[in-house]
This record gives sequence, structure tokens and C-alpha cells, in this order.
Amino acid sequence: MTVDIDDTGGVPVARIKGEVDLKTSPRVRKALLDVLKKRDTLIVDLSNVDYIDSSGVASLVEAYQTARKAGGQVSLAAVSQPALRVLQLARLDQVLPIRDSIESASAEIAE
Amino acid sequence: MTAPEAPPAADNRLLAEVRVPARADRLAVVRGTVHAALRAAGCDALADDVVLAVDEACQNVVRHAYGGDTDGDLVVRLSRAPDRLFVELRDYAPPVDPDAVCGRDPADVRPGGLGTHFIETIMDDTRFLSPPRGVGNLLRMTKRLPAHLRLEGEGDTP
Repeated sequence: MTVDIDDTGGVPVARIKGEVDLKTSPRVRKALLDVLKKRDTLIVDLSNVDYIDSSGVASLVEAYQTARKAGGQVSLAAVSQPALRVLQLARLDQVLPIRDSIESASAEIAE
Repeated sequence: MTAPEAPPAADNRLLAEVRVPARADRLAVVRGTVHAALRAAGCDALADDVVLAVDEACQNVVRHAYGGDTDGDLVVRLSRAPDRLFVELRDYAPPVDPDAVCGRDPADVRPGGLGTHFIETIMDDTRFLSPPRGVGNLLRMTKRLPAHLRLEGEGDTP
């Protein structure tokens, strides 16, 4: 599992790839919260997430809540089918902002 | 938790059994084994969901029964009857209080309890059984199979 942060311009993007589970979710959590220490918006690209469990979902929720408290925004973009299924099971697909693409998430945040 | 009591899993067809140290970095092994076994049994459509439920139950063993990563054994046994799947998790940790294992309303956006919510949503029945010789814990989860995945000619499990 890897988390790559692209903060070279515009809204920062965190690209998560692989399986987010009990072992790897602490790295996701830290990477997202580290970005939010400096920035108040973040797009999380979930297009290459093959698996995510409750600890991974909790990391996304914590990042979302951290940004909201600071008046910012965390959006999930290009969510893979396996990840979307888990978010639906958690009934969080109606709570967390989910956008089709990084471009649409970025455009929305820029408004 | 309302499904009828299922027959002992020992009477059913074994699909896979895997024994790993109860550690976070070994759960991928369990997931891979269970997923492959479900695919081999023609249950592809259920595989992702059941694997999630098994993973969450294994996490409970690692985090709550053993209290963190350990070399203690975690044994996962997947079997099937004509009309349902069984997953048994066996550990050798101190006995857990089943009443302390509870889910939450996921609309309440907080970490914690989400794993149990997944298990309860995906599986039809989850219960602690008496472990052999009274040592450790034995959890059995049951998933009813949709009609098109049931084996014909063997009749439904009573």
C-alpha cells in the first residue's frame, strides 16, 4: 500500500494505492492528517484502492472531520468499486463528498 | 442475530482452513485464502463482502481478544452447507465477553464499532460457541446463500 501526496499546485491530492487494512491504515491516517496540518482542503484519489476495511474508512472520516473543523474540505475522488461498496455498507456514501474525478472534485473546491 | 441455530460446521464441506499468528500483518493472508476459496466454490459474488466480514472479525481477535499483535494462533475455517456458508474463528486468548461486542449506528460518524456493523450487515448470524476444552474463543458466522448459489439435490439445511 502506498500513499503519494501531490501538493505541487492547486488542491493537494493524496493518491492511495493497494490494500488499506489494520496494518496499513495508520500510514494513510498520518499522511492525510499531515497534509491537513498545512492545508485545509484535500482530494483523496481512491481509484487504485483494491481493499479498504473499517480502520481505513475511519482514517478517511477522521481526515474529513479534521478539515471540516478547520472550515475546509476533504473530497473522495474516482472511488474504486471495492472501496465504494465498503463506503456504502458504512452508509457513508451519503455523508462523505464523493466525486467522479479529481478534476470535478478540484473544480468544486475551487468555487 | 435472529437466524436459527445452524448445525455444527464439522458436518459441512470444508472450503479452506488457515492458521496464522494473530498479527495485523497476517490478515492479508487470511483475506487471500478466504477470497480464493470462495471463488473456487463459485461464490465470487459474495467474496468481497464475506472477506470484509472475516477480516473485521479477525481484527477483533487481534485487537480485543489478544490485546494487540501476538504470536498466538488465529485459525479461520471456511465451510459450506448446500444453502449457507460458515466461517469459524478460533483463538486461544482469554475469553471475551460477547455482550461487550456491539455495533453502532453508522450515521454517527465516528471511528469505532464500524467493523462490527460490517459483520452484522454482511453475515446473517454471528455467535460465540463454547470452545473445545474451554480454551480461548470460538466465533461462528453464518451467511445464507442466495438461491442461485445453493447446491441442488442436497436439500436445505434444516
